[in-house]
Amino acid sequence: MPGKDLESEIRHGHHGGNVMTVAQPCIEPAAHREPERHLWCISDLTVSYGEVIALSSVSLNIKENSVTAVIGPSGCGKSSLLCCLNRLTDFIPGCCVSGRILMHSKDILGGQIDDTRLRKQVGLIFQKPNPFPLSIRRNFELPLREHGIRDRQEIEHIMQSTLEATGLWKEVKDRLNKPAHQLSGGQQQRLCIARALSLRPDALLMDEPCSALDPISSGQVEELVLSLRERYTIVIVTHNLSQARRLGTDVALFWLRDGKGTLVESGPASQVFEAPRDDLTKLYLRGAIA
Amino acid sequence: MYLRSPARASTVLSPMLIGAGALALLASALIAFIFFVVLGEAMAALGEIGLWRFLTDASWHPSSGEFNLLPMVAGTGLVAAGAMVLAMPLGLIAAVFVTFYAPSPVATAYLRLIELFAGIPSVLYGLWGLVVLVPIIADLAAPGSSLLAASLVLALMVLPTIALIATMSVRSVPLERIQAARALGFTKASTMVKIVIPSARKGLAVAAILGAGRAVGETMAVMMVAGNIVQVPESIFEPVRTLSANIALEIAYAMDVHRSALFVSALVMIAFVVLATALLEFVTNKQAMPDVHPD
Ligand SMILES: Nc1ncnc2c1ncn2[C@@H]1O[C@H](COP(=O)(O)OP(=O)(O)OP(=O)(O)O)[C@@H](O)[C@H]1O
Ligand SMILES: [Mg+2]
Repeated sequence: MPGKDLESEIRHGHHGGNVMTVAQPCIEPAAHREPERHLWCISDLTVSYGEVIALSSVSLNIKENSVTAVIGPSGCGKSSLLCCLNRLTDFIPGCCVSGRILMHSKDILGGQIDDTRLRKQVGLIFQKPNPFPLSIRRNFELPLREHGIRDRQEIEHIMQSTLEATGLWKEVKDRLNKPAHQLSGGQQQRLCIARALSLRPDALLMDEPCSALDPISSGQVEELVLSLRERYTIVIVTHNLSQARRLGTDVALFWLRDGKGTLVESGPASQVFEAPRDDLTKLYLRGAIA
Repeated sequence: MYLRSPARASTVLSPMLIGAGALALLASALIAFIFFVVLGEAMAALGEIGLWRFLTDASWHPSSGEFNLLPMVAGTGLVAAGAMVLAMPLGLIAAVFVTFYAPSPVATAYLRLIELFAGIPSVLYGLWGLVVLVPIIADLAAPGSSLLAASLVLALMVLPTIALIATMSVRSVPLERIQAARALGFTKASTMVKIVIPSARKGLAVAAILGAGRAVGETMAVMMVAGNIVQVPESIFEPVRTLSANIALEIAYAMDVHRSALFVSALVMIAFVVLATALLEFVTNKQAMPDVHPD
């Protein structure tokens, strides 16, 4: 294990080093992909909490099977955006959402959508790892049963394959009946990702998934995101610009203008990072680099 | 204890500390005193009749020297159990409803109402049972004053306590846990059943045990509707007598061994309460959320 941790730390260069080698794939997967398709087409999205306008008329398309990194200062509505994409906003008292979000050409903000199914399709990973205070096995069993998978063997199979996909299987296979809370923070976060993947979603939303983790654990999570990005549409909020460079195929920068969260610039990562169009983007990127 | 270590705190607080200690001592001494008075009064009967006959005598006829307490033990147990079976689900539903379903003005009004109910003297519940409930039950099966009537009145009486404690414990379930479930596509109902209620089960157990303790001890309201006939009931429509009603009914005229035997029934009630407290202690020491529970 320590060898692998070290390796991932070196690969991800937490001392500012070889960012480019990892950022490279942002061009590579596009090469063998169909002409770009969008999983979400967001238009004129406004989110408010009473007086506070968290997002003000945001229009943004999110590409299928790619990683969209959402960046911007605190309070500019990044988390609010994620919560709209799986309608978790429904449960926030006082939260008011307007606009249109098309997913598979259906408006998910409309009333007709089955929001429970939507959340199965769109997994959400929180900033703080939040496994249920149950055994590792139960953490898979409970959601799978909720979605009608009751066969023990099938549950075992899904659990094992998603744990393998998240690189956690070797670490936990002997303690599946132990409380998930006994795992390290990084392991818990990967468990949460595995749990979300076990429902076979199309997309994963990640809200600062590494900010509560140590560098080695966040390196592992990053590696995981890279390994998933060709099969899933991932939207990741991060305050870490080098992480956004390493992971993002696309980038969206939000900003707080007149107290309202607004989209400043979005596009392929190479374009936003190398040739930003907006002055704010230039300043933000430069400021963060300095 | 830790108040003593910082030197200044100890000089400032020591009179208070001594006062508090003295009060605590006084309270425990008082409880011990009550217990020993009961025990002392009961000794005569325990010596003369013997523990065994309290369980094996033909019936409870103190005037003819029969002292079987089992019908009253059964009466107390059944009435309290019946009350809990009715009040627990209602209290739990109420807690989940006010916390997760009711719009907040409704929830607030509801909680105020429940607090109000908790303050109503038990004799009023008894009166209500007597004039409303007993006639209705009598229509179903005579005589009306019955195990069912007592359980219903008691359920109503313990419901506020149970609902308030259940509400507090359901409210303290971490929001992240609920959001985790919702984000995994749990419906609201199954979030309640699979996440919220198991997470709150410690508090719910406390509610159940405190409710049961109150149900065991409640005298007045039960006495008014239970019928108070000494028998192990064969159906919920038959009258029963509880231990506490037994004491209240007979203490005024009981003498000698009879009087002492009533103190034995008081000892049995104390045993019930000690048992409930021990159970409480046991339950509150368990983990926060059970790992294995049926779906
Ligand atoms: N539940 C809520 N109730 C009221 N206001 C809220 C709520 N959640 C967020 N807000 C407000 O909405 C705005 C945007 O919040 P949001 O959490 O989306 O920002 P963010 O970009 O994710 O910030 P951070 O980087 O700090 O996580 C903030 O001004 C915040 O105070
Ligand atoms: Mg946020």
